[in-house]
Amino acid sequence: MGLALLVVIWLITFASTYFFVAKTWWLPVGASAATGFIDGQFTLTFILMGIVFVAAQLALGYIAWRYREQPSSPPVEYSHGNVKLEVLWTALTTVLFVGLNLMGSRVWAAQRFEPAGPGSVQVEVTGMQFAWYFRYPGPDGTYGATSPKLMDPSAGGEAAVGLNPNDPSSKDDVVTGTMYLPVDREVDLSMRSVDVIHSFFVPSLRFKQDAVPGLNIHMHFQPTQIGEYEIACAELCGLGHYKMHGMVHVVSQEDFDKWLAAREAEKQ
Amino acid sequence: MATSATAHAHAAPQGFIRKYIFSLDHKVIGIQYFFLALAAVWVGMVLSLLMRIHLYWPHAVLPLIGEIKPETYTALLTMHGTIMVFFVLTTAPQGGFGNYFLPIQIGAPDMAFPVLNMLSFWTTFVAFVVMLSAFFAPGGAPLHGWTGYPPLSAVQSTGPGEGLGADLWITGIAIFCLASLMGALNFLTTTLDMRAKGMTLMRMPLTVWSWFITAILGLLAFGVLLSAGILLLLDRNLGTSFYVPLVVVNGQVMAHKGGSPLLWQHLFWFFGHPEVYIAILPGMGVTSQILSTFSRKPIFGYKAMVYAMLAIGFFGFMVWGHHMFMSGMSPYSAFAFSILTMCIGVPSAIKTFNWLGTMLKGHLRFQSPMLYAIGFVSLFVSGGLSGPFLAQPVLDIQLHDTYFVVGHFHLIMGVAAIFGMFAATCYWVPKMFGRMMNEFWSRIHFFITLIGTYAIFMPMHYLGMAGGTRRYSDYHEVAYLVKLMPLHQFMTYAAIITIAAQFIFVINLFWSIFKGPKASDNPWEATTLEWTTATPPPHDNFGGVTPVVHNGPYEYGVPGAPKDYVMQTDPAVASAH
Repeated sequence: MGLALLVVIWLITFASTYFFVAKTWWLPVGASAATGFIDGQFTLTFILMGIVFVAAQLALGYIAWRYREQPSSPPVEYSHGNVKLEVLWTALTTVLFVGLNLMGSRVWAAQRFEPAGPGSVQVEVTGMQFAWYFRYPGPDGTYGATSPKLMDPSAGGEAAVGLNPNDPSSKDDVVTGTMYLPVDREVDLSMRSVDVIHSFFVPSLRFKQDAVPGLNIHMHFQPTQIGEYEIACAELCGLGHYKMHGMVHVVSQEDFDKWLAAREAEKQ
Repeated sequence: MATSATAHAHAAPQGFIRKYIFSLDHKVIGIQYFFLALAAVWVGMVLSLLMRIHLYWPHAVLPLIGEIKPETYTALLTMHGTIMVFFVLTTAPQGGFGNYFLPIQIGAPDMAFPVLNMLSFWTTFVAFVVMLSAFFAPGGAPLHGWTGYPPLSAVQSTGPGEGLGADLWITGIAIFCLASLMGALNFLTTTLDMRAKGMTLMRMPLTVWSWFITAILGLLAFGVLLSAGILLLLDRNLGTSFYVPLVVVNGQVMAHKGGSPLLWQHLFWFFGHPEVYIAILPGMGVTSQILSTFSRKPIFGYKAMVYAMLAIGFFGFMVWGHHMFMSGMSPYSAFAFSILTMCIGVPSAIKTFNWLGTMLKGHLRFQSPMLYAIGFVSLFVSGGLSGPFLAQPVLDIQLHDTYFVVGHFHLIMGVAAIFGMFAATCYWVPKMFGRMMNEFWSRIHFFITLIGTYAIFMPMHYLGMAGGTRRYSDYHEVAYLVKLMPLHQFMTYAAIITIAAQFIFVINLFWSIFKGPKASDNPWEATTLEWTTATPPPHDNFGGVTPVVHNGPYEYGVPGAPKDYVMQTDPAVASAH
């Protein structure tokens, strides 16, 4: 039975580890400035935890087989433990866990403690059951007023986010169902939700943030590669949660300007 | 202590109803809790099977249910989570085994408050009935998940199931909280007040320590959830706005104003994180007990084990914010919660080292309780090591609300805890029912379940890393998720096989209870007090004798002793410490 345990535990360990190491499934290819940090920290955590995982499982299987009761077993060691060992592994684990955490916190602080830099692209993200809307403030750089009373989700677009057409600032606001961003420029997101909590998750851009009713959450990130990236809602928001998806098009600055100008023109 | 014990004594009941239904005997109540949890785990497991089938075959027409619609799927996941967390993971280890064995292991004739004990079981039973009734409400069971985040859970028009179903769901949880508070008081009083002579705190079996610490957690956590649930009911039905700001649902402006959706998350997780430890601590206790017994060695680092459990309980109340890194909470507090979360990994690691240290150089006997205890250690390690990923806010950007989280908590608080229950069942059924379980079928069940568990939950980590979001009723809507379908298909097959294997366990259990070979008083050659009394124990546990304790709980392999184990009550070989 000891041998069976060894074989099963070791096989489980090897099979589980194989798919991690072979990267059969891994983080999607990253396309934002945070990718390097996040993936580096993930890989470091993965290597350290991977070593502990393999070592602990192999030891468990080995001990089960090696110390199975046999007629020839020497008497057990009558011991209630070893204080030095306890102190040693407590200290080691503390250093490992807390150290790892402090390393990751640097990145977190850089991302979340500071606001977006000047000159970043302004986009407002609005979540509602079960769609995302994106609003660009237009040439005046100011978002027009919105009102809950004017919100009409079934109409989509400007009506869905409740844009007040009488506000002069809203004249040049562009509301779309697809997000366009210029490459290599920081994006200053203003995130809100009108009904329940949603979460704006773009795996390839290493970005996730809940959109919470009653809060206007500012977040920033910087796409670094031209391409199309899928948005998936990551907070259970009702029966249509699974189909609350969207697309981010990261394009050149030139294409972005053209696209925005075309939307402005449509509006006039 | 002896006086308080006699003050609480009550005569053996006569008649079927007082003996088996409204019994005051902690042993009968423990068995009632055990069977309630057994019924609940089958309900919860069938719900998970339906979910897995739906994810593979989204348009399958199932008998009785028909095709599973998106709102049915979300109702299934809500009820699966709720039933498993409350009525299985909280009920069986603490209410079941704790109720039965805590008084016996400390040498008491019963719980401190037998009537309260009976009341807490029947309140739990009512809670379960109310919870199940949510399925039959118009619109069905709620779709807001077991975490019930408002406004989804607070506004009735946010989806089907958010009407009466959601009210019944909250009410069921609130009643459960009351029952758990009663139970926690009883456990604490019993442990502090009713220990036999010589049963000092540091001679208590680690199982008793784990039930005791779990009771402290329950007392502090369930009150908060109860209050949070009442506020949610008020928001839903009386127009208050604790959790709901101004919202527009389906184009309708709701009457709420000024509430905070994050308030619920703070209150819920202030309960929810300690709840994780409520589920797993008794499993740690029973694993320690079994590893020592079946390694024929004293537990390695008894005091370190006690302090580690206390540290886990203490830190357990300071880490709730790690569920909220993406919630819009201040990024500064994420920093603090993250460091504290890493700290809680340390006592968990200490426990693992000590379990390996206990087995090292022992005489391992691989009877079924030992197999499941080793399975517990393996799963605890695997589930635990994904914790340091999720404890880092910067990695949560990628991993939060993905299957990585689902894999993590299922391994550690789901199946590790359930392996603790399997171990406890095989270990104590002989004492509870006087008959041994079948070893052959236990072993078959152990290996299938261990392999099956890894086959279900390990792929969830791969899925989560690749961005696989959770709680989707259909993964065919998003292109990158479609590519991950083969993993879902594999997990569905693994789940079907593993769930089928659970019939082996339950048939073995019932067959053994009635037909198994008769158990002796101490079949495992163990040392704690339950093995000193008759099998099954008499009404007052020790047949009129009050045990006197002379030794620590894990005196195995004592040099010079006549046998390789020394009972806690054995005065002759009282060890030096």
